[in-house]
Amino acid sequence: MRKLQLVVAFIIGLLLSTPVLAAESIRIGALFAITGPASFLGEPERNTLEMLVKEANGKGGIKGRKLELVVYDTQGDATKAVQLATKLIKNDKVSVIVGPSTTGETMAVIPVAEKEKTPLISCAAGIKITEPVKKYVFKTPANDHVAAERIFNYMLAKKQKSVALLTVTDGFGSSGREQLKELAKKKGISVVVDETYGPKDTDMTAQLTKIKGSKAEAIICWGTNPGPAIITRNVKQLGIRIPLYQSHGVASKKYIELAGADNAEGVILPAGKLAIYDKLKHGDPQYKLLKEYDQAYKKAYGIEASTFGGYAYDSFLLISEAIKSGASKPEQIRDSLEKVKKMVSVSGTFSMSSSDHNGLDLSAFEMVKISKGDWEIAK
Amino acid sequence: MELSDQIAQYLLSGLSTGAIYALIGIGFAIIYNSTDIINFAQGELVMLGGMFTLFFMEKMKLPLPVSILLAVLATIGCGALFERLTIRPLKSPTPLGLIIITIGGSILIRGIVMLVWDKDTHSLPAFSGSEPILIGSATILPQHLWIFALTAVAIAANKLFFQYTITGKAMRACAVNRRAAGLVGIDVRRMVFFSFAISGGLGSLAGIIVAPLTMTSYDVGVMLGLKGFCAAIIGGLTGGVGTVLGGLLLGILESLGAGLISSGYKDAIAFIILLLILFIRPQGLFGRAQTDRV
Repeated sequence: MRKLQLVVAFIIGLLLSTPVLAAESIRIGALFAITGPASFLGEPERNTLEMLVKEANGKGGIKGRKLELVVYDTQGDATKAVQLATKLIKNDKVSVIVGPSTTGETMAVIPVAEKEKTPLISCAAGIKITEPVKKYVFKTPANDHVAAERIFNYMLAKKQKSVALLTVTDGFGSSGREQLKELAKKKGISVVVDETYGPKDTDMTAQLTKIKGSKAEAIICWGTNPGPAIITRNVKQLGIRIPLYQSHGVASKKYIELAGADNAEGVILPAGKLAIYDKLKHGDPQYKLLKEYDQAYKKAYGIEASTFGGYAYDSFLLISEAIKSGASKPEQIRDSLEKVKKMVSVSGTFSMSSSDHNGLDLSAFEMVKISKGDWEIAK
Repeated sequence: MELSDQIAQYLLSGLSTGAIYALIGIGFAIIYNSTDIINFAQGELVMLGGMFTLFFMEKMKLPLPVSILLAVLATIGCGALFERLTIRPLKSPTPLGLIIITIGGSILIRGIVMLVWDKDTHSLPAFSGSEPILIGSATILPQHLWIFALTAVAIAANKLFFQYTITGKAMRACAVNRRAAGLVGIDVRRMVFFSFAISGGLGSLAGIIVAPLTMTSYDVGVMLGLKGFCAAIIGGLTGGVGTVLGGLLLGILESLGAGLISSGYKDAIAFIILLLILFIRPQGLFGRAQTDRV
């Protein structure tokens, strides 16, 4: 009998003492396309988030609060993403959700997040996610039109007034094409040729011959590998001399490798700073953070960090800012996220507001030129 | 650039892409001519050629010619294995059943390659440099000349094999009438086996020779296979000159369509031609009616 009393007393004591010993941990949910066609996005995102949470907990958590990460694989499927988002909110009772990885999944999950009043920090780039602004939805990748604007500003500085567009017929290309055309009008640049190509096409000399016969002073190609690499080779084959601009969609060494260093010589493109951090001036506010991220990622996973993993990095940093300001409940985190100002991260410097849930400006991209198979800052 | 110069470039670009389609189309025709089935895994055999070459070059560090030879042998092995595992075990093979099996096979091969290798795109070095060659006012690459040469060799070899060798004749006999061929002592199953091995070899050669231009990845076979199929259908599945002309015609129409009308309609043009031919001239532009092929 005495023994039992002791045990009961011990259990009661334990229950009473837990809140005193340590504050309750904060649950972060994540939805990433870890397998399936978009796994090139989801895998580095999950790796990055797991690495950061482990690191933060190793240091005793944020403001004394440990973090608990719940990651689900959506396989790039919008229906699964919606089911898993509901599960995160109802069963796992998370305070905030990072992801999903693609625009389609994010658009499907938005109504759930809004209804359940849980903040969602998407890692997808589509402009529709944060425009118009939704109360609980944020995103970390910069909008495509920021990259387009960098290209047009560069063209204007070089006095190039007319352009030929060559865009891929998938989601990335057609949204890019619309934004390029709209922005060109605003900037006073005339679009003289507007051609497209299929994502699996193997030869674009026909479109480029048409461009060669036009009065365009520059070419802007908008797509992801391998199309732009084939176009770069075709441009060289046809002896086209006007400058070729590529989108941020190919800002990786893979593009130079596929196109061949000789063919890619002189190609100009807007790149996220992670790809080129070793070329940045050491005074750049992002330099130190990018270097640390790349080295930590390499140490943990044996490969270079990618821009996509960077989106998860941004999300984590935003959440930790919010927790530092004392937020822990979904509603509090949402309010704090909106107040984040001048936060230096991987994709750029974030300044959120009630009318801007992305918070990145033109400095998110740097114009780079390919020279001898490597990047250099374009002047 | 004058319009006439532009048209010259469209034609030359069209011819060079068309030759790729033709080369792949011949693989379709060979299997059809000896088994009466359309092998929808042909595109995957093309892909395997490129991926095997890459594997031998990058992972085994072998020189390009050796890698090509090994890749062709490996793909012939895959073609033969494919026939052994999927076509041969069938109790009552109907053409429709066999065709559906090849579609399933193509998905399987793609999946295996994706898991064993990766999902990235890779490029192979050009065989003899990438300095453009000027023809009039239009340009092509040295690699295109390799493609033209291989296509010519493929037609000639195909013709010689099917017209003048016993095995070739036996294979044609199987297509005309399986039962009758069996009755005169031809081992029909053996001939089907041969046809898969041969088209595996030819497909892999095509895949290897186009890889420096089109690059290669686990899913490159889908579109190339479909375009090759178009070429074969336009040519009436004859295996020789017809398919080649079909491929060239397809390439030129695509290129002219993209250049003079709009690049948005490029693939639509190819598939409209395919549908029109299936409706109006199912025996192909250059094929004679079915009964003449005995």
